Amino acid sequence: MTSDDVLARVHREEHTRLLATLVRRFSDLDLAEDAAQEAMEAAVVAWAERGVPRQPLAWLITTARRKALDRIRRDAGLAQRLARLHVEQDRVAPAAEDLALDADELPDERLAMLMGCCHPALAPADRVALMLRFVGGLSTAEVAQALLVPVPTLQARITRAKKRIATNRIPLTVPDDPAERERRLPLVLTAISLVFTEGYDATGGEHPQRAELTAEAIRLARITERLLPDSAEATGLLALLLLTESRAAARVDDGVPVPLEDQDRGAWDRRLIVEGIRLAERAAAMPDAGRFAIQAAIAAVHAESATFVGTDWRQIVALYDLLLALGEDPVVRMNRAIAVGRADDPATGLELLRALADEPELARHHPYHVALALFHAEVDDDEAAAAAWRRALTLADNSGHRRFIQARLAPRG
Amino acid sequence: MKYVLLLMGNHDGPRCGEDEAPGVEDFVAYDRELQEAGVLAGGFALTDPEDATTVMLDGRGSEPIITAGPYAESREFVGGTFILDVADLDEALRWAAKCPGALDGRVEVRALLDL
Repeated sequence: MTSDDVLARVHREEHTRLLATLVRRFSDLDLAEDAAQEAMEAAVVAWAERGVPRQPLAWLITTARRKALDRIRRDAGLAQRLARLHVEQDRVAPAAEDLALDADELPDERLAMLMGCCHPALAPADRVALMLRFVGGLSTAEVAQALLVPVPTLQARITRAKKRIATNRIPLTVPDDPAERERRLPLVLTAISLVFTEGYDATGGEHPQRAELTAEAIRLARITERLLPDSAEATGLLALLLLTESRAAARVDDGVPVPLEDQDRGAWDRRLIVEGIRLAERAAAMPDAGRFAIQAAIAAVHAESATFVGTDWRQIVALYDLLLALGEDPVVRMNRAIAVGRADDPATGLELLRALADEPELARHHPYHVALALFHAEVDDDEAAAAAWRRALTLADNSGHRRFIQARLAPRG
Repeated sequence: MKYVLLLMGNHDGPRCGEDEAPGVEDFVAYDRELQEAGVLAGGFALTDPEDATTVMLDGRGSEPIITAGPYAESREFVGGTFILDVADLDEALRWAAKCPGALDGRVEVRALLDL
């Protein structure tokens, strides 16, 4: 591995952790971003010349902290703003982080960033955007895609939120008050699940899967679960992500997604399944089990089934009913209809799916049209199936999905 | 970091001490609590908003337009302020939540601009 490869890996896997550590230290997002960027640039030269350090992350943190201090020294206004944070002391004595060389011993500040981004003094629409951008490691364009807003709107939100954080000195920390932590948790979990979804099924580009994002989301879910082990939802989210990730090797073949029914279940990761099922069972038994705990239970039913046809579809329908009892959601309705189609017969599933045709969210959701196409084909309505495949093709948002659909549209022979 | 608590009242709301609204003694007690905690850095109570005088300029260099009373279209007024010197917004918000002005009115927390 060349030093550039190592740097690319560290950037992929540890950039948000570096950023969170710097934010913790300097309480200034802009300064942290600039310092992290400068440290990465310094690493390109230094690592090529002198070799990769034994602890790349620790090296980057130390370098970035020095860059930040240099900047503070040059900028008197900034120095004044930060004076109360006692950064001055750093110039004489190295902080504990510099001495802890083992990356595992470095404190992970990303959960503090996540919780801090959910501060009630920030506009609700800005909170998820901040989390995805600064902790999830998504680009501005990816965050805009994930939240279904235009890129300039998203940029304006991030700028506004950063200004609010700096002007009001909003602490980006885990709140001491357990009740406040509970209040912020649902949004934190939603953001982590969005990061995972983006990695699992990227909205743009040529790669439907981005392993660094799914790995990052699982790391964040683990940290959250460790902090709040009695939360059904934190436990449920971790279970859900592990069980979904367990199918990673089987769910894509040469860039094209493989539907659940065609997946080689032997390629599913047993280790992740065992851990995921254990967590899903624990979450389901807790009193505040909500949507993540229920989705984890659904994933566990699939994971426990040796074959697609042998799946306990009745139980899956019952779990979707529980989800709908928490709140109406067209995508959940769609998934329930598919499960009914398997539990009863395709015609019943198709009828339920067609009843959802007026839902605007589903009308532009390509999996809805894929499901319609599959059920139309099963009841031998090839013309309707082809129309649904064509509609799905116009809506598919990455090349893998398009190739999957094209393969079914093409004349066989 | 310094924050100001702007104690906002409303012309349609109860007056200080009326009905269940907090009275002067509540504000005196709160003031003492802030002093004892060592976070009070200033502040003032104001006379009635209807006794205010409003000054406006119609453009740079124009003669001032002086009107009796507060800006007419607003039903809200600042009744008083506390300036706090605390570590961060969370600490300021904790104090704001204890402020009697948050009852029957609202407290706007603003960071002071460092000039």
